[in-house]
Amino acid sequence: MSDNAIIHACSAIGAGLAVIAGIGPGVGQGIAAGHGAAAVGRNPGAKGDIMSTMLLGQAVAETTGLYGLLVALLLLFVHPLDIQ
Amino acid sequence: MTSGILLSGDVTESFMVKGIFKYTVFGQEVWITTTHVCILIVMLILMVFALFANRAMKKAQEVPKGFQNVVEMIVEKLDGMVSSSMGDKASGWLNYIGTIFIFILISNFSGIFGLRPPTADYGVTLPLGILTFCLVHITQFRTTKPLTIWKDMCSPLPAWFPLWLPINIISEIAVPISLSLRLFANVLSGTIMMALVYGLLSWIATAWPGALHVYFDLFSGAIQTYVFCMLTMTYIGNAYGDKPVKAKKSAQA
Repeated sequence: MSDNAIIHACSAIGAGLAVIAGIGPGVGQGIAAGHGAAAVGRNPGAKGDIMSTMLLGQAVAETTGLYGLLVALLLLFVHPLDIQ
Repeated sequence: MTSGILLSGDVTESFMVKGIFKYTVFGQEVWITTTHVCILIVMLILMVFALFANRAMKKAQEVPKGFQNVVEMIVEKLDGMVSSSMGDKASGWLNYIGTIFIFILISNFSGIFGLRPPTADYGVTLPLGILTFCLVHITQFRTTKPLTIWKDMCSPLPAWFPLWLPINIISEIAVPISLSLRLFANVLSGTIMMALVYGLLSWIATAWPGALHVYFDLFSGAIQTYVFCMLTMTYIGNAYGDKPVKAKKSAQA
């Protein structure tokens, strides 16, 4: 077993833990979509504006989840913790 | 590259940026990668489209038909998007926002034609973020007095006590990084998903991944393009000071 094998194994576990960050944006986007639906119900005439505002907010909320994904990818493919 | 992480090594290889050939400049290895090739293909498509659009508009008719209709619709939609979010400041920014919108959109869509989207490379999205950053601060310095900028940078505390200055500077620097990482990670996640579907399901993945392409390449790509341009316009719009904008003659009659 090489020196890096245990580091790669722990990196895989760390990558799995990192994508738990996806929970937050999921909840946030759900709340945004729910309020968007409520807003359309209250004022159907403003559907276009509500849709674009909601999508913009959701895309911004998604960023933190994507940071988790990036950390996972870095751990899996770039191996920043390897012993040279 | 370890092949044990995913079931086969080909999957890992299929979504990575691959080098095509390298040359040495001043003792530094420079690689021409798949990103360069794909970005050139995207540019070629845009240039050919622009040539045809130019031709169509040169013999424009009062009542548009055929290709002239398409070109006018694209320009109208882009103009409407920019002027609805920037208001009276829109006139100078139509060209820039329209250009990056079309470029990012075609880059994101190129995944559906089997290219590796150029925007799934951080070397493409970071310059776009830095361009936004530079434009925001150039606009700020052109329209706001330096003293006002200093007051803004020390904002929650009075101007003679710049304790919050470093925190505000960090939040300014975070803007291009978060803008570019958002676009990059979204497109990259779509690329990885498609690579996993095609690589791990081999013969099962026939025809039906088209639905996934519609979501990951078309829907997600269009949304992220819109978000990038919207945020760029919002940041630039916020950078204008209280000085009223000079009324410019708009390009269109």
